[in-house]
Amino acid sequence: MFEIVIGLEVHVQLNTNTKLFCSCPTSFNHKQNRNTCPTCLALPGALPVLNKEVLHKSIMFGEAVGATVNRTSYFDRKSYFYPDSPLAYQITQLYTPVVEHGVLELDFEDGTHKTIRINRAHIEADAGKNIHEGDTSKVDLNRAGTPLLEIVSEPDMRSADEAILYLKKLHSIVRYLGISDANMQEGSFRVDVNVSIRPRGDEKLYTRVEIKNINSFRFIQKAIEIEVKRQSEAWEDGVYEDEIVLETRLFDQNKQETRSMRGKEEAADYRYFPEPDLLKAIVTEEMYEKYSKIPELPDAKRDRFVKELGLTEYDANVVTSTLEMANFLEEMIAEGATAVGANKWLTGELPARLNNGMTLETSPINSKLLATLVKRIEDKTISNKAAKDVLDYLFENEVSVDEAIDKLGLKQVSDTGAIEKMVDDIMVANADKVEQYRGGKDKLFGFFVGQTMKASKGSANPQVVNEIVKAKLG
Amino acid sequence: MITLKEALKLSKDELKKFKEELRKDIEARAELNGYVEVLDHGDGVPIAIKDNIQVNGWSVTSGSQILQGYIAPYNATVIDKMSEAGLSAFGRTNMDEFAMGSTTESSFYGKTQNPHNADCVPGGSSGGSAAVVGAGLAIAALGSDTGGSIRQPASFCGIVGMKPTYGRVSRFGLGAYASSLDQIGPMTQNVEDAAILYDIISGHDEKDSTSVDMKDESVTDKLNSDRKLKIAILPKYIEDASNDVKHAYGVAIEALKKAGHTIVEKEMIDAKFDISAYYITATAEATTNLARYDGLRYGSRVEGKNLKDTYFKTRSQFGAEVQRRILLGNFVLSSGYYDAYYVKAQKVRQLIKQNYENIFKEVDLILSPVAPRTAYESGSLEDPLEMYLSDIYTISVNLAGLPAIALPIEKNADNMPVGLQLIAAPFQEQTLFDGALSLEKSL
Repeated sequence: MFEIVIGLEVHVQLNTNTKLFCSCPTSFNHKQNRNTCPTCLALPGALPVLNKEVLHKSIMFGEAVGATVNRTSYFDRKSYFYPDSPLAYQITQLYTPVVEHGVLELDFEDGTHKTIRINRAHIEADAGKNIHEGDTSKVDLNRAGTPLLEIVSEPDMRSADEAILYLKKLHSIVRYLGISDANMQEGSFRVDVNVSIRPRGDEKLYTRVEIKNINSFRFIQKAIEIEVKRQSEAWEDGVYEDEIVLETRLFDQNKQETRSMRGKEEAADYRYFPEPDLLKAIVTEEMYEKYSKIPELPDAKRDRFVKELGLTEYDANVVTSTLEMANFLEEMIAEGATAVGANKWLTGELPARLNNGMTLETSPINSKLLATLVKRIEDKTISNKAAKDVLDYLFENEVSVDEAIDKLGLKQVSDTGAIEKMVDDIMVANADKVEQYRGGKDKLFGFFVGQTMKASKGSANPQVVNEIVKAKLG
Repeated sequence: MITLKEALKLSKDELKKFKEELRKDIEARAELNGYVEVLDHGDGVPIAIKDNIQVNGWSVTSGSQILQGYIAPYNATVIDKMSEAGLSAFGRTNMDEFAMGSTTESSFYGKTQNPHNADCVPGGSSGGSAAVVGAGLAIAALGSDTGGSIRQPASFCGIVGMKPTYGRVSRFGLGAYASSLDQIGPMTQNVEDAAILYDIISGHDEKDSTSVDMKDESVTDKLNSDRKLKIAILPKYIEDASNDVKHAYGVAIEALKKAGHTIVEKEMIDAKFDISAYYITATAEATTNLARYDGLRYGSRVEGKNLKDTYFKTRSQFGAEVQRRILLGNFVLSSGYYDAYYVKAQKVRQLIKQNYENIFKEVDLILSPVAPRTAYESGSLEDPLEMYLSDIYTISVNLAGLPAIALPIEKNADNMPVGLQLIAAPFQEQTLFDGALSLEKSL
């Protein structure tokens, strides 16, 4: 009955060396309030100076989403009082942002596509952090003045799944460009979701509700579903007008609900006006020329993997969904593994062993190690099954692939003499079963193969075993 | 009092002795209340500093209660430039709170007297700087000019006060009132000293984005009072000025003619538009510039029962005029009023700029009053609207970002100084000083 309408605002923290308007470092692992100066503390008389690196990274993003990069953009003051905002206004770009009118392509598993429009991406300064400890509240301004690129979509998404797909694609693009760490847990990729519903077929947009700062894709999905349910129920109960108001809500992951952050009567008036301390931000042709040459993006990489590496469209999509995986694959291939073999182990067996928050980067298995393992399967040194044991072993022990194979005694035996001897011994020990097989009980074939494999402790090449057992049993 | 030019020739020992004497003189005339604190910042030629310019280690308070206890941890760019040139900050001077005022009566530190008449104001907002130079208690001073705050007190105290082209002097370290209008400038005993101090403090600064990146050429080295200039006078514009001012205007015109300059008559657009455009732009900027004074990180905090209450109580320390301008600025920026006020004011600002551009296509300088009259009696300018109107001759210069210099022309029957200003096209400081020097010499 209802159609869901979703628009997304993503705050991407740009990974510049210094802050947006001063030369303080942007790393946060320092003592509280250490990375500060008169400008980001908003002392009397201090002034902002634009960090050009932020413009460079904005150009890259604009280019990646096929957007217009405005050669001249402006900054504005957005006023509000809060302890973590030292100026009591945020320097942002309301009237003329640096990037406008982009698109992002979504590819669904069923092979269909959808284009999501990006309204704008604008530069703004991050706030500090408030820390509440019992009765006291403290302010840490190390983060104050860190550059953010706020990327605002049009309300083009129609389900939580589409929203998640958009976010994952955006996340991947930002990572491919190398303009942000885009770490959701650490807050360098922050998502605000705007959700509304409308009767199917209705063109008009109804009241949107903003859900702020949800720090995982899973929670975003959940928050949207819960908010849509709230709105739909209000509609069905005839209380939509009263209960669904233009407001900001918080998602409570414990209680599984969204909650109003402030009442209507406190709706903020940000009193925007042009920032007089900064002149216009100019993107020169030279600058544009240099920074619009961006690295290969996920879609291009996927197409290339299909065309050049012979991966299926599906496999290529999965492996290019993060830059880390795509790079890992290319490194494995450079080490001599086949693309299909490398892909299978990279997207299948390896992730299955990444537990307790371990990631591709933090796992003990690097691309060279995994490539060697795949090569040992491909040159028939070990069986596929044995390789799984080797991989398990490598997670626990800091050794080379070959050392692991030796240690586990899993070297695959293809030496027909040795295997023939094993088969002979088994046939002697199981003379009755030989009789039964020859008498027509075909099913026993598997028994002899199994016994041989067991005798070889799994190291015999199963294909060779098959052939020999067949020949000997006659 | 020795001039800045002379003082620059003194040895360190001589300067040390000079400063000891100066301290005694300042002490002896404590009732003037031009200095709020006599602090020393080095062994150079002493220059008095308005209380909104940051000097490392000094208490710098913009004449406000809210900044009591604040110690500046860095130098304004102008202070560093002065040090490099052998000058040092010496004493901070009184001012209207956050430079919002025309009388220096709204300071946390009380009133400053006019050196020519203790019952009169020194003008404002750089009244302390003007008074100490006018009283012979400073060789020279720095002030800041947002709508006339250097020129008007200079005129009231009988000294020279110069506002540079917007962008020529770094604002880094100047406690902001209205960012697009503020400029620091010299306040001196004569035109040549003003040129010397202007040369020292001007120039590009990477720390101020609005600072103009252009070649620095000394104005002082090329000072030439013999240049023959074309100077515009504004017969209709001065109609609202007092007889004293009109008389001085006539005197100045005659002097300029005698010096060989060509006088032409021009018209300015009605000054009432200046007032509206100025008070909308300045208060919009001020309301945000002063928003940082929340008592959380520095300054004087008044603890409330919760965060909001602390904000209210702390910010209630602002004086009435500052509160009025913060409210006004919030109003003109608020949702639904932005286009009607702020946007319209920017259009008017463009018109004012164009008006000047057109005049400067034909002339080198404009001769204009500074204030409609001589220094007011203390307490007589209490109606804020009347005070705003007293700025009519100075604010358009800030709105257009032009350089201008106020200099004393004569004294009226009550022995009070009457000053006038010369205005030049953007970055034509050389022409401005040449014309001012010529006028000074021919009076």
